[in-house]
Amino acid sequence: MNDFMNFVILGLTRGSMYALIALGYTLVYGVLQLINFAHSEVFMSGAFGSYLVIQSVVTDGSSPPWFAVVGIIVLGLGSGAITGAAVAWSLERVAYRPLRRRGAPKLAFLISAIGASFFLSQLAGKLFNRLNNNSFPTYFNLNKHVIDIGGVTVSLVQLIIIVSALLMMLFLDLLVSKTKLGRSIRGVAEDAPTAALMGIDIDKTISRTFVIGGALGGAAGFLFGTAFFFSNTMGFIPSVKAFAAAVLGGIGNIRGAMLGGLLLGMIEAIVPTFPWYKPGFIGTAWTDVVAFVVLVLVLIVRPSGILGERLGRAA
Amino acid sequence: MSLLEVDDIEVRYGAIRALKGVSFNVEEGEVVALLGANGAGKTTTQKTVSGMMTPALGQIRFDGERIDGVPAHTLIHRGICHVPEGRRVFPRMSVAENLDMGAFRFKRPDLHVLARVFEMFPRLKERETQLAGTLSGGEQQMLAIGRALMGKPRLLLLDEPSMGLAPLIVKQIFDIVREINASGVTVLIVEQNAAQALGLANRGYVLETGEVVLSGSGQELLADDRVRAAYLGEEIATS
Repeated sequence: MNDFMNFVILGLTRGSMYALIALGYTLVYGVLQLINFAHSEVFMSGAFGSYLVIQSVVTDGSSPPWFAVVGIIVLGLGSGAITGAAVAWSLERVAYRPLRRRGAPKLAFLISAIGASFFLSQLAGKLFNRLNNNSFPTYFNLNKHVIDIGGVTVSLVQLIIIVSALLMMLFLDLLVSKTKLGRSIRGVAEDAPTAALMGIDIDKTISRTFVIGGALGGAAGFLFGTAFFFSNTMGFIPSVKAFAAAVLGGIGNIRGAMLGGLLLGMIEAIVPTFPWYKPGFIGTAWTDVVAFVVLVLVLIVRPSGILGERLGRAA
Repeated sequence: MSLLEVDDIEVRYGAIRALKGVSFNVEEGEVVALLGANGAGKTTTQKTVSGMMTPALGQIRFDGERIDGVPAHTLIHRGICHVPEGRRVFPRMSVAENLDMGAFRFKRPDLHVLARVFEMFPRLKERETQLAGTLSGGEQQMLAIGRALMGKPRLLLLDEPSMGLAPLIVKQIFDIVREINASGVTVLIVEQNAAQALGLANRGYVLETGEVVLSGSGQELLADDRVRAAYLGEEIATS
């Protein structure tokens, strides 16, 4: 049982990062009915942005007291979010808005997104080449700090990721359901011309949606960088999975993206290892295969995703 | 000075000229009806007034100020509220949220207006927490009108409020429109149901393929042979 719980923790850790990135896809899809394939680079830039801020504050190998650690994490999340938001905002301005003005076909947006994605990834490589495959300053050994909750061990870094991701998701959920900004986003997503008749500025709302999605993606970049590594090509794999998670939960549905992300992380952690795990049968190397097989199966049964309502309308 | 002056507007969809120089005016406190067959340009005219479309030529003045080319989301701040064709309620928001959306231009919804809307449409009060997409057609129309009222209109644009509704509901809706007008709101209504609309309207304009072909007071138009032949044929036959 404790083994199982450990996998749940592992799953939640990955899953909450997928969920944060998936929210960026699903939010933009909601208002524009298009997949922002450059979102992977928003995530990547969040990692770089927060790295630059944190390494200027913390020296490698230092071991600050706990309240300083909390401060560093908030700083990292904040700077990652700001970088991600700024990149996502510019992306909308440069890669999407001009096309929208001209009423370009959906395919043009896709090509534009891929172009922007390559550009950002290569730009980061050029600017920060020396940082490739680097990791965040080890201001304290995150993996060594282990908390024991009734026999279940959670490392500090896992706890940070899970808690901060859940807090951000809760915040987003409240923002979307309770505030005027949230209502404007939902209005544009449901019926943009009518939302405009209510006095909602569609362009501004789209911009803000990119900013919110970008902030979450950028913060996820910081968390990912803290837990693993970061490089200018780090965005691709986690983003493909997050996109899959968004589809799994029902693209366009905010709670669906959260659920899909957590679920995908969980499936990845549990399926290859429990309970039929035998060395040499299905090992962790099969993680990606298992995750996507499950995705395919769910979509065969429910093409609109778990919480999705109608894919038909969007087309 | 009229509240709304539409001066020789031409509106195009690509190469197609949907409106070929339409002019009319609406005085403060009036109900004006735009009549015509499908494709005559009634809806396009309303959309142009509410800022959803921009005229290629011509001018629109509201309260003496030009509003052609001003985008819809800023026009509502002047008190032009549009109940669009097909109601267009937000299906996945509750009735209460839909009404809140109507008051989006204000910091917070005016509770007096909300109370009045519920007084006019008790059905909406009953279904306050229900998702708008699950309402019947008539209830959605009531919601769409209620939502527009939340924006405190000076000029209310109604696009075919009777479309697809049972005669009893149509009568209710028209009674409400009369009540709204009596409270001082100017109304520009688009209708295919000419008898109902002209019974309500002070004046009317008949559109045909993007041009105004007839105009006059509601009674004059009701009595006009051409109007009777073209738009009232069915109603005369059945009544």
